[in-house]
Amino acid sequence: MVDEMIRFENVTYKYSTGGREKELVAVSNINLSVKKGEYLVVLGHNGSGKSTLAKLMNGLLIPTEGNVYVNGMNTKEEDKIWKIREIAGMVFQNPDNQIVATVVEEDVAFGPENLGIPPEEIRRRVDKALETVEMSEYKKHAPHLLSGGQKQRVAIAGILAMKPECIILDEPTAMLDPVGRTEVINTLKKLNREEKKTIVLITHYMDEAVEADRLLIMEKGKIIMEGTPKEIFCQVDKVKELGLDVPQVTELAYELRKEGFNVPCDILTVEELVNAL
Amino acid sequence: MLRDITIGQYFPADTIIHRLDPRAKILITTMFIVSLFFIKTFLPYLFILAFILLIIKLSKVPFRYVLKGLKPLMLIILITFVINIFMTKGEVLFSIGPLDITKEGIRQAVFMALRLIFLITGTSLLTLTTSPISLTDGIEKLMSPLRRFKVPVHELAMMMTIALRFIPTLLEETDKIMKAQTARGADFESGNIIKRAKNLVPLLVPLFINAFRRADELAIAMEARCYRGGYKRTRLNELQFTKKDVLALILTTIFFGFIILTRYL
Amino acid sequence: MIIKLENVNYVYNPNTPFEQKALDNINLTINEKDFIGLIGHTGSGKSTLVQHLNGLIKPTSGRVIVDGIDTKAANGDLLKVRQKVGLVFQYPEHQLFEETVYKDIAFGPSNLGLSEDEIYNRVKTAMELVGLDFEKLKDRSPFELSGGQKRRVAIAGVLAMEPKVLVLDEPTAGLDPRGRDEILGRIKKLYEEKNITIILVSHSMEDIAKLVNRIVVMHRGKIVMDGETKEVFKQAEKLEQIGLGIPQITSFMRTFKEKGNPVDDTVVTVEEAKKELIRFLRSKKNA
Repeated sequence: MVDEMIRFENVTYKYSTGGREKELVAVSNINLSVKKGEYLVVLGHNGSGKSTLAKLMNGLLIPTEGNVYVNGMNTKEEDKIWKIREIAGMVFQNPDNQIVATVVEEDVAFGPENLGIPPEEIRRRVDKALETVEMSEYKKHAPHLLSGGQKQRVAIAGILAMKPECIILDEPTAMLDPVGRTEVINTLKKLNREEKKTIVLITHYMDEAVEADRLLIMEKGKIIMEGTPKEIFCQVDKVKELGLDVPQVTELAYELRKEGFNVPCDILTVEELVNAL
Repeated sequence: MLRDITIGQYFPADTIIHRLDPRAKILITTMFIVSLFFIKTFLPYLFILAFILLIIKLSKVPFRYVLKGLKPLMLIILITFVINIFMTKGEVLFSIGPLDITKEGIRQAVFMALRLIFLITGTSLLTLTTSPISLTDGIEKLMSPLRRFKVPVHELAMMMTIALRFIPTLLEETDKIMKAQTARGADFESGNIIKRAKNLVPLLVPLFINAFRRADELAIAMEARCYRGGYKRTRLNELQFTKKDVLALILTTIFFGFIILTRYL
Repeated sequence: MIIKLENVNYVYNPNTPFEQKALDNINLTINEKDFIGLIGHTGSGKSTLVQHLNGLIKPTSGRVIVDGIDTKAANGDLLKVRQKVGLVFQYPEHQLFEETVYKDIAFGPSNLGLSEDEIYNRVKTAMELVGLDFEKLKDRSPFELSGGQKRRVAIAGVLAMEPKVLVLDEPTAGLDPRGRDEILGRIKKLYEEKNITIILVSHSMEDIAKLVNRIVVMHRGKIVMDGETKEVFKQAEKLEQIGLGIPQITSFMRTFKEKGNPVDDTVVTVEEAKKELIRFLRSKKNA
């Protein structure tokens, strides 16, 4: 399908640790379709398989069974893998362990340099990418002096400079303070709305999930819940059982419902609850 | 807090010397060192001194920074001086017990000491005016012909760059780990050398383990950005010789050529 | 046991171009059985303050007195201070180094010069406090454990020193909700069962609201608020001004009250809000 960014067909990923233990299954029988331009959030507690899912999306891991297609290209095809990683960029959890260069602009240039892009074009891409993430004034700075949120934005710029269609982020805010988290999430929203990038955000923070187009919840390597944020958070019990959070107001609405009050179940924000009561 | 450490004594400034292509500076420094070994008499040293003073002036590096570079090697200079003064045979001037001080000895001692001082100062000026990353780029470019002989030039340069990038981060981490262990009663300060080495285990083990973990994560992140070694890789800032660099190289080649010739005159 | 900070100032890199005042005239008294939440932005001085409590950092001016010991004066007694005030840093699992879980947790007590028997007791107790199976895990390598378990080993390592005051810097950083609830649950249990003072540094207003009885707010090196939990969260505007927030549930109750509904808007947890709303809605029904 033309407007399908990523497709998973019956994907299973198994691995063994050290050989003497039996094989462990990280994800099993995943079927998934990510539409172009979508803002997809994948939730799950640690060990649910969400990180593995992310790495399967750009060929960092190859499925043991099944196939993963990125823009129609199969990640198992070795000669396509670099093109796949070019259009499906990935940002990781630890801001420090993604930065390679001693100067911000040189780190953002790292991706294009690997692609063999001519220097003048690299210059243009680097400047534009830094502008998009609002880090232009730090162009010549040393990355180790930046805050966590700033480092992650530089990492995002580094991916943008490769002109991806889709950006996959594996718990990008887990190590950041609230200010940093807001910076990063706002950048993602901007990239999705204005630059029309497909965003796949892996996280365990429910407040990052409330504005997604679609939400997936993973548990023990399987996708067990799928829907819009409202649909998912309606099922407060089930979400909590899975070791995840719901917004406090959603929980309050749920508690009131249990006591017999007629409160709608798809409350996600303070305003919604105020209006409902 | 070790947040803003300048590594390798780089003194940042915007001068004509700083702006020279690092390859040019490396080549000039090499010629400088080679020519020092050709000098046999004191007269050429005056020219060398003039050269050094000119560079110091042009690079706006404060004199005390240059002297700071000499400090750690003061001991070697002293030893060289003393050995030459006492070990050179010749016309004895006066003696201290069994050791003779000869006229040739004094001359030799001063000569050798000066050679060392110029050697150290010259190299210092290179690192004072060229940032570590520039130096790495310069060395990589200069060594690239070696690729034909299967020397992993690009990989070595990449290792250097990453090491430089992580030095401040690792220093910060060392600080954190030291504090965490001190909070549990660790003592990094007292005790003899053996005891202190043992006490470093709670610091070094986590540091190494974390370093390996970092390396792992960094490698994955680099792969995700399509890194596949140096093959067909371009650079944002390609090193390019300008007219100034070519001029500097021509002038210094003539200068050092002249210095070398003094040996045969 | 009391910790007192009197007119404490701290400057990083004094007399250099990187000079930075991290603590500005701090006056603070920490009493026995306090459960304090220390909040503030990154850069507000929280870490610096916390490191003064066990003598890792000494004030540029002013005094820090821990159970009668002045951290600047005594030199040999700093070990005592560190025994009395246990400090758990962020991502404490990064400091694990020993071959076995037992040995790592024993590091602290052995630095205190305790006997083998006493160390054994300490390690066993500490592991129980953090919910780690002593027999199963004591001889395992800490590096084989999961992230959450590693963190608990690290915390046990500090608890094994039997401090009177426990300072935890963002103990839930990087953990998923389940891991977070588990750790906070244990901290709460520890507070209730042992005679221990706890200082919790956190960014999560919701977490803080559920646990602490006193909140200290820092901003730009100064203490700008210091009071009971509910009192501090009443000052939402002031907190917002310095870029901090209040628990979502409190924000909701305030908004709801503003719309003309007479409810108690000082609630800080979902349970309290539930009770209050049920009371209000039922009374409205009956009206």
